[in-house]
Amino acid sequence: MKTFSYLFIGTIFGIVMYKSEAASWFRIYEMFQFQSFHMYGIIASALVLGVVGIQLIKRKNIKSFYGEPITFSPKDRGFSRYMYGGIIFGLGWALAGSCPGPIYTLIGAGYVSIIVVLFGALLGTFLYGVFRKKLPH
Amino acid sequence: MEWIYEPWPWYVSGPLIAGIMFLLIFVGRQFGMSSNLRTMCTIAGADKKADFFAFDWKAQRWNLVVVVGAALGGFLGSHYLTNTTAVAINPDTIATLNNLGFQSAGETYLPEELFGMEALTNIKSLVLLLLGGLLIGFGARYAGGCTSGHAISGLSNLQLPSLIAVIGFFIGGLFMIHILFPFIF
Repeated sequence: MKTFSYLFIGTIFGIVMYKSEAASWFRIYEMFQFQSFHMYGIIASALVLGVVGIQLIKRKNIKSFYGEPITFSPKDRGFSRYMYGGIIFGLGWALAGSCPGPIYTLIGAGYVSIIVVLFGALLGTFLYGVFRKKLPH
Repeated sequence: MEWIYEPWPWYVSGPLIAGIMFLLIFVGRQFGMSSNLRTMCTIAGADKKADFFAFDWKAQRWNLVVVVGAALGGFLGSHYLTNTTAVAINPDTIATLNNLGFQSAGETYLPEELFGMEALTNIKSLVLLLLGGLLIGFGARYAGGCTSGHAISGLSNLQLPSLIAVIGFFIGGLFMIHILFPFIF
């Protein structure tokens, strides 16, 4: 049952990524050219609802579907890893026109070449794991 | 129901993404897609090469199911919920892309020049796709999250580290498109 709920949520996510065109290389390019409100509207409207909803969960102590308390783990403090890592991610996001979620959506949509991007992303993750201790965090 | 087959506007898509994040929160999980890459590395045996990958990947199986769903959603969205694959981007953007050599701008979902079947036999586009993926994977793990983990989940929880990461995403993205693209394409 839980597995089915994850599959259901993932499927909705995939449909939204495809239908919103957030999985389109062209929309990412257009966003970085500041020539459309589309991507900014998606992120901003998700954020407004996200901020309000999470505040409500925290203040009203709303429980999960299974009656368990909901906890939010704060991100570790720091600057270097977020700024350097963020810049590296942004370079890839703009070049491949896809972030990690839409990679799977595009594979499902039948774009064979995106598998090259997935392979690169796995390789990049592996390289981070290998060189992690040598990097400023 | 005709609207379903049209591209979904931002004021439908954004709230739905927030809804997906809340569904995951209410089943006791969190919204973050890039951590799956680490899980897949561990399954492939990367824990023998670096202790970063030595973790109980089975605790992350739920997120791999979300990944399967994300692919299934892409299949359903593209095969049953869409009439046209053309993405109606700004005509100015199309003109800029045409100048860069992307003739498929405004006509396809992904640029044929990078993602088409012919591009798979082209060394340059293969290298660019691989490099793009590499930067995505390395950067996401270095920053501890991607668009879903930082820009949506982290910022929704008012996390300063996520704001720094998102500023980084945009510095990198703007540098790639405005400074590097003219040299690459």
